[in-house]
Amino acid sequence: MSTLLEVSGVSVSFDGFRAINNLSFQIGAAEMRAIIGPNGAGKTTFMDIVTGKTRPDEGRVIWGEKSVSLLKLSEAQIARAGVGRKFQRPTVFEDQSVFDNLLLALKKDRNPLAVLFYKRGPTDTEKVVALAEQIGLNEQLYRKSGELSHGQKQWLEIGMLLAQEPQLLLVDEPAAGMTPEEREHTTSILVEAAKTRAVVVVEHDMEFVRRLNCKVTVLHEGSVLAEGSLDHVTSNQEVIDVYLGR
Amino acid sequence: MTRSLFARNPSVLIFLSCLALFTLGVTALSEAMGTGMVSTSFVKTLGKTLCLCLIALAMDLVWGYTGILSLGHFAFFGLGGYMIGMWLMYERTRDIIVSSMANNEIPPTQQEVIDAIGNQIFGVVGSSDFPLIWAFSHSLTLQLILVVAVPGLLALIFGWLAFRSRVTGVYLSILTQAMTLALALYLFQNDSGLRGNNGLSGLQNVPGLDDVPQATVSLWFLWASALALGLGYLFAAWVVSGKFGSVLRGIRDDEARVRFLGYSVEGYKLFIFTVTAIIAGIAGALYYPQAGIINPAEIAPIASIYLAVWVAIGGRGRLYGAVIGAAFVSLVSTWFTGGQVPSVPLGFYTVDWVDWWQVVLGLSFVLVTLFAPKGIGGLFDYFTGRTPPDRHGQDLGPGAGSLQEQEADT
Repeated sequence: MSTLLEVSGVSVSFDGFRAINNLSFQIGAAEMRAIIGPNGAGKTTFMDIVTGKTRPDEGRVIWGEKSVSLLKLSEAQIARAGVGRKFQRPTVFEDQSVFDNLLLALKKDRNPLAVLFYKRGPTDTEKVVALAEQIGLNEQLYRKSGELSHGQKQWLEIGMLLAQEPQLLLVDEPAAGMTPEEREHTTSILVEAAKTRAVVVVEHDMEFVRRLNCKVTVLHEGSVLAEGSLDHVTSNQEVIDVYLGR
Repeated sequence: MTRSLFARNPSVLIFLSCLALFTLGVTALSEAMGTGMVSTSFVKTLGKTLCLCLIALAMDLVWGYTGILSLGHFAFFGLGGYMIGMWLMYERTRDIIVSSMANNEIPPTQQEVIDAIGNQIFGVVGSSDFPLIWAFSHSLTLQLILVVAVPGLLALIFGWLAFRSRVTGVYLSILTQAMTLALALYLFQNDSGLRGNNGLSGLQNVPGLDDVPQATVSLWFLWASALALGLGYLFAAWVVSGKFGSVLRGIRDDEARVRFLGYSVEGYKLFIFTVTAIIAGIAGALYYPQAGIINPAEIAPIASIYLAVWVAIGGRGRLYGAVIGAAFVSLVSTWFTGGQVPSVPLGFYTVDWVDWWQVVLGLSFVLVTLFAPKGIGGLFDYFTGRTPPDRHGQDLGPGAGSLQEQEADT
């Protein structure tokens, strides 16, 4: 399987604290991966580096078939290159309807002039409706997204990610604060998405990770501690010591 | 599902009809039409108010919709005024010089005329040479281009520097204040080339229209201002109603999210900042011929702060709110500071409204911000029934839908 994203030898420190320490990580084109690790292991910082929010002190981040370095691109350029990111707390545009939120995310020319003269055709409307169906919000299309429940906002944000048609989805704790039924739905959306693209899920909850049924990477103190199936890593003594045993 | 702009925004049509009715009404009652129920000076005040509404519209686009609290837009307004003022003053002075020199025994050469104009205009600052920035002042067309180009370029350069470095929030506001202050201080200098603190004057006399009475000229400017406001409103409504407006509001509410969706936030900010600066410049170019005089005090930092107050009181984030705020506050302000409001004798102290008006304005700004964040424009929500539910209490958490504690109980 071809490599979509290759992170090698990346380190970053904040005021002397090494948040990421010589981290190397690879993911293929259509793969689901879960990243687990205790607090402060560098999970979110890792996402910040890939999406261009944080610049690493050293190391390389290589993207896609053409092997572009993501380190020189801005956040918006990285997003346009095909990296979608979901934040830990749901961030949707609460003042705007579900429809407008999805339309905003739809993969289109992002140039200001192109957006200014944008006219919505029937194909775009159909795409938005289809997405809303996929995330189970077709009943809520014209409600302001601020009125949605916590779980619905999480789904809307995942829907916005899918609308971007990214090749890589970075999802930060998608199941936080969800009920069991809502978790089930979230799992199925993510599993479905991983059939056609790479999905990286950062999660604390072991039960949720188990249901994703995928390869797991364990981070500890900014570098990879273990990698493999969930059963493999949970039987690793080091992992048990730093994370599970506590 | 592509409905027209008017169908999506009924308020646009309502606003444009109100504006047309207002203009017709003032025209019918003006001195130029014979009835004289509205004096020429009041027609000018109304015309100026329309220009202030136009810059308030620009402020609403940049602040109310995009969330950039620019406290420097009056710099662009003033620059627009200076650009048109240069032509008005040059051409008017030339007319006077030419007619006075017509009686000379030897007809004056071109150079003599230009020297005499320079002497006339710059004598007050102890100079007689035309500075370089007056190079185009003989041409109305070129100066009209500058009305748009100078504020636009300044905004483009300033915005590029500020947004590129990700300066946001209160820091950006302070930067814009510094910009307008620096510009005002520069223009105060006699050798700035724009007559220092004397500014440009006599702008109400439009060259070539000596035979037309001021009553008629003031009416023409009222029409021009109303037209500019109408077109500006249409443009603003078009910008904010589509996907572009959606991006702008997204930037206001969560800049980082917009960035991670792949939009270059800086580009959008720069675009709206520059466009609104151009609108402000056009508003200024229509305002100052009606005011008759422009000097650097007009672009002092306080002017731009007033602009923010108008928009806040009118209701930011809705276009008609900005217009109502600017019209209401500036007209009431004219009324209070014009000395027409009777003083209130309290026995031990007499409340003189010319002095106390500022206190009233400041207080109402604080009260609006605290108790009616939607401003005057929010009143319309009561008529259209768009009131949001009064939501108290905490989120009930996952599973219970979007209801909150108190709603769920009842």
